[in-house]
Amino acid sequence: MADAAAVSHGHGTGTGLSNNKLLMWTFLGSECLLFGGLISTYLIYRGRFGDGPAPGDIFDIPFTSVSSFVLLMSSLTMVLALSALQRGDIRNNRIWLLTTALLGSLFIGGQVYEFTTFLREGLGYTTSPFSSAFFTLTGFHGVHVSLGIVMLMSLLISSFRGTLTKERSETVEIVGLYWHFVDVVWIFIFTVIYLVPSPTS
Amino acid sequence: MSETTASPIGVYTRPKGNTGWRDWITTVDHKKIGILYGATAMLFFLIGGLEALLIRLQLATPDGTVLGADTYNRVYTMHGVTMVFMVIMPLAAAFANYLLPLQIGARDVAFPRLNALSYWVFLFGGLFLNMAWVFGDAPDGGWFAYAPNTGTIFSPGKGMDFYALGLQIMGIASLVSAMNLIVTVLNMRAPGMTLFKMPVFTWMILVVQFLLLFAVPVITVALFLLMFDRNFGANFFNPEMGADPLLWQHLFWIFGHPEVYILILPSFGIISEVIPTFSRKPIFGYPFMVFSGIAIGFMGWGVWAHHMFVSGIGPISVAAFSVSTMFIAVPTGVKILNWLATMWGGKIRFNTPMLFASGVVSMFTIGGLSGVTHSLAPADTQQTDTYYIVAHFHYVIFGGALLGIFAGFYFWWPKAFGHLLNEKLGKWNFWLMIVGFNMTFGPMHILGLQGMSRRIDTYSPGFGFEFWNMFATIGAFIIGLGVLAFLLNVWVSARAAKHAPPVGLDPWDARSLEWFTPNPTPVHNFDDDIQVEALDEFWHRKYGQDEDGRVVRVATAEEVCQDGSATDTHLPSPSYWPIVLAAGLPFIGFGLMYSLWFCVPGGALVLMAIYGWVFEPTDDPDGPHGHGHDDHGHDDQGPDDHGDAGEAAAETAEEAPVG
Repeated sequence: MADAAAVSHGHGTGTGLSNNKLLMWTFLGSECLLFGGLISTYLIYRGRFGDGPAPGDIFDIPFTSVSSFVLLMSSLTMVLALSALQRGDIRNNRIWLLTTALLGSLFIGGQVYEFTTFLREGLGYTTSPFSSAFFTLTGFHGVHVSLGIVMLMSLLISSFRGTLTKERSETVEIVGLYWHFVDVVWIFIFTVIYLVPSPTS
Repeated sequence: MSETTASPIGVYTRPKGNTGWRDWITTVDHKKIGILYGATAMLFFLIGGLEALLIRLQLATPDGTVLGADTYNRVYTMHGVTMVFMVIMPLAAAFANYLLPLQIGARDVAFPRLNALSYWVFLFGGLFLNMAWVFGDAPDGGWFAYAPNTGTIFSPGKGMDFYALGLQIMGIASLVSAMNLIVTVLNMRAPGMTLFKMPVFTWMILVVQFLLLFAVPVITVALFLLMFDRNFGANFFNPEMGADPLLWQHLFWIFGHPEVYILILPSFGIISEVIPTFSRKPIFGYPFMVFSGIAIGFMGWGVWAHHMFVSGIGPISVAAFSVSTMFIAVPTGVKILNWLATMWGGKIRFNTPMLFASGVVSMFTIGGLSGVTHSLAPADTQQTDTYYIVAHFHYVIFGGALLGIFAGFYFWWPKAFGHLLNEKLGKWNFWLMIVGFNMTFGPMHILGLQGMSRRIDTYSPGFGFEFWNMFATIGAFIIGLGVLAFLLNVWVSARAAKHAPPVGLDPWDARSLEWFTPNPTPVHNFDDDIQVEALDEFWHRKYGQDEDGRVVRVATAEEVCQDGSATDTHLPSPSYWPIVLAAGLPFIGFGLMYSLWFCVPGGALVLMAIYGWVFEPTDDPDGPHGHGHDDHGHDDQGPDDHGDAGEAAAETAEEAPVG
């Protein structure tokens, strides 16, 4: 069994990374192109709003900045969760995992609020190429965050079943990689959609 | 792996035994999965071939009435989709699965269950897409499915939904497989095997997996956008609302051109194994072979718009992509030169694998050269949408990729099945195919330059198209005979093998690691780790130099090979869940097309499979080989069974948005 533990931490593999961790890295590499495609589509369509609301008229930048801050902070708590488990501190690991999941949920809540507000203001999914691209890009990101929350909750359940121990901290690290990636992607999306001055009608 | 011995929920035991059909649907053995890929792809090959013959029958005479315009559109679309996504790609996956772990001296791939998942997802995706025939609504927009032509206005039926969702499902298979094989190659090579001691085939497969890793998500985006347009009224491809009609073309070809190299590079790898073996020389310029493959991998991303020279992308784009297209011929030319230089001065044996490999070198050269003519934009403007293009890409994909795969069949058949394929029938197979192929596609150059349009269901008499079309149709049926010769060969050889002595350890005097194992490969692959000292390790153990520097045989294959007798090797246990998870996806597809209620059973299957996957015990303690812990350094890397949520969630991330 010692062998297995050693391998799961990446000793004796070609890259020095465990198979699981390398798998996550390759997956994230692929995800870059997924979001690359969606972001490009948005960039092409941000000025094509037809008779519908223009991006510059409808975005509430202060609100989204706050929810972006919430998401970024969740990366911090993710690191704290990992570091707690690496020290063998199960209790703090659970606290920070839960906090990360809650911050992620808060971000998703903010997105739902933002979407409903836009809908009320006349920006539906089918309104214009801009609206389709906007909802698709941010929606895809929201789905990724939601999946991350599912992973975090799975870790938490695993912890309460007593199987998430110091020796398995790499699992938390791998979920953390995913979580940080989703955060980093949001930095790009936030910049491209909200911070770069948008066309107005 | 201690964590899962807790056995959380009693019902999740792992399947037992390794015989019969249960074994085939639960197997996680890379060799069996490779065979499944190959057999399935050959079935789809027969379907795609039948579609090709229908096309040729329709076009045999002017004003053909065999199919009619509507069916013709569906048949040529499904022919393209089938041959690209359900034949060439999975055939390459068959070779990659079977050979890659063997060529790097590993027990299995890094994630055996994910490997099984890839296969089943591919199978169900392919069946889903072909189900469109049953529903009488096969896709009719061409394999490239240009939007807005494929939007609901111009393609009102369900055909393009089958296309979008079917390719989406098969994309999951390719992506999972790509991640798995990349990890396998990077992490699990035998001791001493540095990256530059890997066989060229392994290298080319690695490059292909990186291409897949980065190209599949792009078509995933395109297919999502198309699906959202068609099903939810989005405006990505609706010019009335101000959408850009070129968006699809860009997204598709950013995927589509790397895809061309995804199709051809595995065959380049195969013949780079076959040609040295049958020329009895090491591959000429190994580093150039590897680096030209890598260069093709990079440059393949910078040429996509040469598919769009007449789409109105502007003179600067046209000029830039013309130049990049000319440049990508350079690394390809390097490869062709190196194959020729490998043969030069060698003691060549023209067995069937070598015949097919030489076929690739010659036919691909023709296809490559006609490809360079496309880089001249003014000429391309004349050639676009004519049969000249059809001729070109068949010379590349049939003459390159498919012939290479047949070379691989004949070369590695004894490795997988323990007997050779019949040489005489093999030669019939080769000559029928190569003659039929040139009769079919050679004249299409002429037809194209005469102005015959592709994708048009018929032509009028009097344009001078009659003779060459009839000629091509005859050629297509000769190809069909060639394929029959192959199938007959498989059957005849298997029957003959029952009464014949088993094939030796080393029928071809081969060079790379997979031949260290007996034929057919035992279930555990290698008895012991192989300490790799050189490229072509197997050959170097058989041959040395005498005092005059001449190459002499120093050991027989019997002395070098392992006898496959190890019984204490730890094997990953089979699993039910890959097939269950994959079976859920077509339901979700039907749900998105017809009624969301179908998504319920589909989603339930997927969820159940994920949880079964995560919670099934790491290993079946009563399994066939149990825990025989010896000192095999990488044996324990084989199973992926860490049962962690992250991994399971990672692989569902792709399909979750569909559900």
